[in-house]
Amino acid sequence: MVVKSVLSLSGAITTIAIVLIVLFLFKEGFGLFGSPTIEKGYALFVNASNEVKTLNAEQVKQIFDEQITSWKDVGGKDDEIMLFRFEEIFNLYSDEELGENYSLLPDKLAEVITENPNIVAFLPNKYSPTASQVKKLEDKNIASSDFFFGREWIPTATPSPLFGMLPLILGTLLVSLVAVMIALPIGLGVAIYLSELANEKVRKVLKSVVELLAGIPSVVYGFFGLVVLVPIVQSVFGLSVGETAFTASLILAIMALPTIISVAEDALRNTPLVMREASLALGATKWQTIYKVVVPYSKSGILAAAVLGIGRAVGETMAVLMVSGNAAAIPHSLFEPVRTIPATIAAELGEAPSGGTHYQALFMLGCILFVITTLVSISAEIISKKQHTTKGL
Amino acid sequence: MKKSILIAVTLLTLAMGADAQRIKGSDTSLPLSQKEAEEYMKANTGKTVSVTGGGSGVGISALLAGTTDIAQSSRKIKFDEKQKLQEAGKTANEVIIAYDALAVVVNPANKVVNLTREQLEGIFTGKITNWKQVGGDDLAIVPYSRETSSGTYEFFKEHVMKNKNYKSGIMSMPATGAIIQSVSQTKGAIGYVGLAYLNNSVKAVKVSYNKGKTYTEPSVANAKNKTYPIVRPLYYYYESKSKSKVQSFIDYILSDKGQQIVTEVGFITIK
Repeated sequence: MVVKSVLSLSGAITTIAIVLIVLFLFKEGFGLFGSPTIEKGYALFVNASNEVKTLNAEQVKQIFDEQITSWKDVGGKDDEIMLFRFEEIFNLYSDEELGENYSLLPDKLAEVITENPNIVAFLPNKYSPTASQVKKLEDKNIASSDFFFGREWIPTATPSPLFGMLPLILGTLLVSLVAVMIALPIGLGVAIYLSELANEKVRKVLKSVVELLAGIPSVVYGFFGLVVLVPIVQSVFGLSVGETAFTASLILAIMALPTIISVAEDALRNTPLVMREASLALGATKWQTIYKVVVPYSKSGILAAAVLGIGRAVGETMAVLMVSGNAAAIPHSLFEPVRTIPATIAAELGEAPSGGTHYQALFMLGCILFVITTLVSISAEIISKKQHTTKGL
Repeated sequence: MKKSILIAVTLLTLAMGADAQRIKGSDTSLPLSQKEAEEYMKANTGKTVSVTGGGSGVGISALLAGTTDIAQSSRKIKFDEKQKLQEAGKTANEVIIAYDALAVVVNPANKVVNLTREQLEGIFTGKITNWKQVGGDDLAIVPYSRETSSGTYEFFKEHVMKNKNYKSGIMSMPATGAIIQSVSQTKGAIGYVGLAYLNNSVKAVKVSYNKGKTYTEPSVANAKNKTYPIVRPLYYYYESKSKSKVQSFIDYILSDKGQQIVTEVGFITIK
């Protein structure tokens, strides 16, 4: 009685914890769309004579990278853009001149903006200058289309970070799908050998080797990939860089093998003896029995193995972080560096200020990863259930 | 005499009940702080100093939250961070404990030996894409950067690239060791690492900050006599209130013995 209540209590606590974690994830993630495109607490100021009213994130970035140098390109007059970052005020005035607790700072900033009609100044709201000659540029919130269809991920760009997740999700899917395409034939081969051909002794040894493969920490795989696989891929394919999507797929394929092998093997072994015997009695050879009877019978189990393999690959972090080159660009081929969602979260969360826009964007990525893996597990569940309902060929 | 002062200081701090100090922050300073703490605890029995990493930003927010006594940082405290501390009624004291130089490294097979700051900026912002543009072979340049969470990433961006953004889609590596590994096996590669990490598998280039008039090799000696330009201070930040608590450890680092450890760990002494 007591045991029963303890068990149901622990079940309830676990469920509540999981629900809370998911809620937390989505709450933090969706905060992103309430955040301004300019870094929180800051705004852009121009001289009042400037015709430009607002700039989008892309334009802001290009202006501050000096790729756009004339106001004409963003809808203003044909004048050169003068950049002014907040820190520069401390080169113009000493701390004493700025008064106690920087009380004179807004006035000094207003002076600078008034004097320079071509200026764009990136300043904290706290010291926002107020003068007739100073105009604050309107700032919009980050749009969901900028996030879901944005093609650039530069989270630390100042003043206006770019959070486009397209390169990340494409990178993740590319790497995972190719990994499963490599791992499935190999895994299926091993599974068939283990369940149909190997004798008990060999089976035991091989099975434990496969399990050992699952027990190796992923950072070890990553290191192996970086030191061994990267130079091999580089020289075999004659590439300038060895850290590519393909390298990551290879490592992930090795890491997904144990999952694929054990699920597929279970499915193969579940083929009833009656069916094998019937096949053999009809004069089929052992090989014919395997590929005409056993494999088709366990089709859905094998499909489930593939799907679970994808799930394993999508969520892998450390190994991919080390071998994929982590370049946030949309991949055009298998032999380019890519950046995946888990690697991005792992690499960037440490320094993202808690509650900031970057932090929220990373949580939003987490939400997407959660949705992907949930879909993967649900489809694996549905597929493997099918096996038990549709008996026969 | 020294011993008696030491004992007096120890007794004094013990009397004030402040014998455990916490240091948190930059991963760059981590090996240095750890070694210093070890030696300090050996010399001062009964004192404990615990050191953890996490990144410069993490250290400073911990100082703000009061969960650390000293924040170690590989960059200067940001204006916002200073403001937040002030709003919380705290004032941060700053101490420079050592310097770290960044070396720009290329593959040993690369024949380029000199690069100016402007060229480096062009390479990392993506304007210069082939080694022949800077006097090398006809080979695509593959720049390697650190991850955004690293203080080194920020420092290089501010100091060498004059606050411009890295080119989009730059390769970013999770650790300095990974940069060395990748640069050593990729012909067109270029990256940056702390001076202490230099080894024979990569080649450090000479850097010029005066548009090519003079090029300086990255070395401890050149960093010390200020001819090598890419040098950054490593900071400790502590609250003025806890000065008495942390002073003896900071004094230890600044002492001759402490600075000797700085050299041993591969950083540059403050004197």
